[in-house]
Amino acid sequence: MTDASMDTPRPRRAKTSLVSEDARTKKRNAAEKRFQAYGILAIATGLFFLAVLAFSIVRSGLPAFTTTVVDVNFTLTQEEFDEAEGQLFKTKAYSGYFISALQKKLETENVQVAFDEAAIERIMGKIGSTLREYYTANPDQLGEEVAFKLNAASRVDGYFKGRVQRETLQDSRFLTLADLDLVDALAEAGIIHTAFDWGFITGADSGVDNPGGAGIGASVVGSFFMMLVVLLLSLPIGVAASIYLEEFAPQNRWTDMIEVNISNLAAVPSIVFGILGLAVFIQFMHLPQSAPLVGGLVLTLMTLPTIIISTRASLKAVPPSIRDAALGVGASKMQAVFHHVLPLAMPGILTGTIIGLAQALGETAPLLLIGMVGFVARGYPDGFISGFTDPNSAMPAQIYTWAARADQAFYEKAWGGIIILLIFLLTMNIIAIILRRRFERRW
Amino acid sequence: MPVFWLIVIVLALAAAGYFLGRGRALQSAGGDRRHLHSLPTYYGSNVALKAVVPACLLLVVWLVAQPFYVTNVISGMIPASDIPEGSSRGLVLSEVRRTAEGLDNAVAAGVMTEEFARNARADFTDVTQRLKDANQVVTNQITQPVLRAAQKYRIVNGTGNMVMTGAVILVALLGALWGLKETHKAFRARNSVEKGVMALLIAAASIAVLTTVGILFSLIGNTIEFFRLYPASEFFTLLEWAPSFSGRGGASSLGVLPLLWGTLYISLVALIVAVPIGLFAAVYLSEYASKPVRSFAKPMLEVLAGIPTIVYGLFALLTIGPMLLSVFGPDGTGWMGGQRAVITAGLAMGIMLIPFVSSLSDDIINAVPQAMRDGSYGLGATKSETIKQVILPAALPGIVGAVLLATSRAIGETMIVVLGAGAAARLSLNPFEAMTTVTAKIVSQLTGDSDFASPEALVAFALGMTLFIMTLGLNVFALYIVRKYREQYD
Repeated sequence: MTDASMDTPRPRRAKTSLVSEDARTKKRNAAEKRFQAYGILAIATGLFFLAVLAFSIVRSGLPAFTTTVVDVNFTLTQEEFDEAEGQLFKTKAYSGYFISALQKKLETENVQVAFDEAAIERIMGKIGSTLREYYTANPDQLGEEVAFKLNAASRVDGYFKGRVQRETLQDSRFLTLADLDLVDALAEAGIIHTAFDWGFITGADSGVDNPGGAGIGASVVGSFFMMLVVLLLSLPIGVAASIYLEEFAPQNRWTDMIEVNISNLAAVPSIVFGILGLAVFIQFMHLPQSAPLVGGLVLTLMTLPTIIISTRASLKAVPPSIRDAALGVGASKMQAVFHHVLPLAMPGILTGTIIGLAQALGETAPLLLIGMVGFVARGYPDGFISGFTDPNSAMPAQIYTWAARADQAFYEKAWGGIIILLIFLLTMNIIAIILRRRFERRW
Repeated sequence: MPVFWLIVIVLALAAAGYFLGRGRALQSAGGDRRHLHSLPTYYGSNVALKAVVPACLLLVVWLVAQPFYVTNVISGMIPASDIPEGSSRGLVLSEVRRTAEGLDNAVAAGVMTEEFARNARADFTDVTQRLKDANQVVTNQITQPVLRAAQKYRIVNGTGNMVMTGAVILVALLGALWGLKETHKAFRARNSVEKGVMALLIAAASIAVLTTVGILFSLIGNTIEFFRLYPASEFFTLLEWAPSFSGRGGASSLGVLPLLWGTLYISLVALIVAVPIGLFAAVYLSEYASKPVRSFAKPMLEVLAGIPTIVYGLFALLTIGPMLLSVFGPDGTGWMGGQRAVITAGLAMGIMLIPFVSSLSDDIINAVPQAMRDGSYGLGATKSETIKQVILPAALPGIVGAVLLATSRAIGETMIVVLGAGAAARLSLNPFEAMTTVTAKIVSQLTGDSDFASPEALVAFALGMTLFIMTLGLNVFALYIVRKYREQYD
C-alpha cells in the first residue's frame, strides 16, 4: 500500500446513510412502485373488461328469456258463435265479444280505462281471428271458460323490458301513448304480465317482422349436427395423424412439410376456411348449401390443427419406458402404440378434442360464407339423416343474423343467444377441466 | 340419402367379413389359436379392412367425379344460341340444376308423377307454374332446352347413383372375398393389417397438406378468374372501393387499398390497447404476483381468449359503440357520427387480444434464465430496473414475435369488424369514422346471391388471397423469431 492515493483529495460526496434514503434512492424506489402499479393497473383493466363483458351479457340477455303474455279467461256461448258466424265481418264480431268481456272484467277489478278495438289489436294482435280460429277448430269448447294465453306485441314487450319508454314514444300505428295507459291498467289487473319464454329456447327463427317469436332451438340442433360431423371426422383423423407424426414418421422432407403445414394452418384466419368450403365443397363438389354437413366439414379442417397439436403433446408426455417395455415383451411397434401409449394418452387427447370442439362451436365467419345464416333456421329437420343435409343455421350464425337486423328487439334475442352459447361452451370447458384433473398422470 | 345407407351396408359387410375371417382362420388352425401366425382378430381385421377401404375410396372418388361428368353431358345439350344475352353457360347450368331439383322434390311430394317429370314439354304445358304450385323455388320461366336438359340431368344422375351403389357394394364384396381367400393359418395377417393401418395413418397426416392445397387451389383459381375480368393494376392501385350492385356492370371500382388501410388501422388501434395491457399484465404476473394472485388472475384473463368472436362483435356494436357515442357523439364532443367506427372495433379487438399477448409474453419472460435476474440483483438493481434493463431486452425478440402473431390475428379477425366497423370503405385518419376491412368485404361480397361469374363476387377470392398471404407471412416470420429465440437459452 502506498500513501499516494491519500494525497489526492477525495471527491466530496454528500453524507449518505443506510437509514435515511437519499434523493436518488427515493427516485429509484418510486420508479419501482410506479412500475408495479402499472402491472396491477393492467391486470385490473383486463379483469374490468371481463366484468363489463359479463355484466352486459347478463343484463341485456336475461330479458330474452321472458316474454310478455296476456292472460284472459273468456267464454263464448253457442248463440254468440252462431251470431258471429252469420255476420259479414266475422272476426270483428269476435273481437267485439272479447272487448266487452274485457271491459266487464276490468270493471270488477275497479280499473277505469277507456279503449277501443284498434288499441287491443295493437297490444295483443288480431284477437278476433285468433278467437275464431280457436273456436272453429274446437267447437266443443263453446260455452266453457277457456284460459287464453296470448303473446303481447313486441313493442308492448319492449315497454315492459324498458326498451320502449313513455318519454320517447311517438304515437304511431304500432303503439300510442294512450295504449300504454291501457297496458298499465291491464298490468295492474294482472291480465298482462311477464312469463318465462320456453319458445326462445325451443323455437326456430322468425321473420324480420316478428322478433317476439324468434327462438334459438333450431340453430342449436344445427350446431349439434355440425359438432357431430366435426367430432366423428376430426377425432379419428387428428389422432391418426398425430400418431403417425409422433411415433412413426421418419425424418424426411415430406414429414417436415406436413409439420410446417400444420403449424401454419393453425394460424390461418377462419374466414379463409370459409372460402375454401365455398369453393371446394359447394362450387366444386356441389354439396348442398347451408347444410350442417358442409359446415361440419369446414370446421373439421379448421379444428384439425388444434387437435393434432394437443394430441401430439399428450403422446409425447407418455414416457418412452412404456414403449420399451411393450417392445421388450414382444409387441410390434404398432401394438405398443395402440395397446399401451394411446390408452395412456387418451385423457389428454379427449381434453384437447373438447377444447377444439368448443372453439369450433363458437366460430361464425366461415359459416356465413357457406350460407348458414340465421334465417334458414326456420324449422327443425325431419329426421336424423336430413339433419345433416337440410338447410339449417348454427348458434353463432343465428346470433349474427339477429344482431344484423334493424329491429332493436332482435338485439335482446342476440344477447340471449349468447347466454345459451356461453352455457354450452362453459359446460364443455368444465368437462375438459374435470377430465384433466381426474385422469391426468404425472410420470 | 342413399349414400348414408350405402356406407351402412359397406360397414355391415365389413363386420360380417371380420367374423367370417376370424372363424375361417381358427378353423384352418383346427380351433387351436396357437397354430396361427397372428392373433385371430388380425385375420378378421384384415378382411374388414379389405372390404371397407377400397369401397370407401371408390365412393369418394365417384361422388367427386360424377357432377363433372353430368355437367359435361348437360353442357353439351345446350346450344350456344340458347344462352340468353348477358348470361353465361354457368348460369344456365345452375338453372338446369335447380329445375331438376324442383322436379325431384315435386315427385317426392307426390305433386307430379314420375312419368310427367320425365316427359313434360315446356312448350305444351306450363311446367314453371306447376313447379311453383308445388312450392318449388323456380326463378325464371323454364324454357324447353332447359327443361330437356333438366330431365336428362335427372336421368344421368339417377343412373349414376345406381351404378355407384352397385359398384361400391361389389368392390366391398370382392375385397372381403379376397381377404377371406388369403385367410389361412400361415398367412401373416398382423403384418398385412399393420401395413394397411400405417397407410391410413399416413393418409390422415397428409390431410393437413391437402387442406393447404385446397385453400391455394380455391384462392388461386378464382383470383386468376377475377384478374381476367378486372385489371390487376386497378385492384392494387385504385383508391376507391365501390362495387356496383347490379352484378355485371363495368362501373365497379374495386381498389384494395382502402380496405387494407381500414384493416391495418383497426389492427393498430387493437394493438395499442392490447400490447401495453398484455405486456404489463404478463410482467406483473411472472415477476411480482404472489401465487394466489397469479392462479386467480391468469385463468381469468385467459377466459377472455375463450369467448367466441361473435360475442366481441356484439359487445362492440351494442355496448362499446353506444358508450363511445355518448361521449364523442353529437351529444358529447361531436367527433363521432355513428356507433360503428374504427375505434369501436379496435377496442373490442384489443380486449380480445389482451390474453393472447399476455400468455405468449408470459411464456417468453419465464424462459429468461434465472441467472440473469440474479446477476442483475447482485449488482444492486431494483426489480423494475432488472425487468426493464435485463429481462425485457433479453425477451424482446420473443415479445416482438408475440406481437406479430397478435397482429396476424387482428388482421384475420372477421366478426368484430363485420359488426363493429361499418360497411363503407374510406381512406381517412379519423378513428371515429366508420371504415371497413378486407375480411368484412369478403363476407359481404360472398353472402347473399352467389353468382360466381361476376367480378364483384370473384373479388372476394382476390381479397382472401391478399389476407392469406399477409397472415401467412406474419406467422412464418413470427414463428421463426420465437423459435430462434427459444433455442438461445435452451
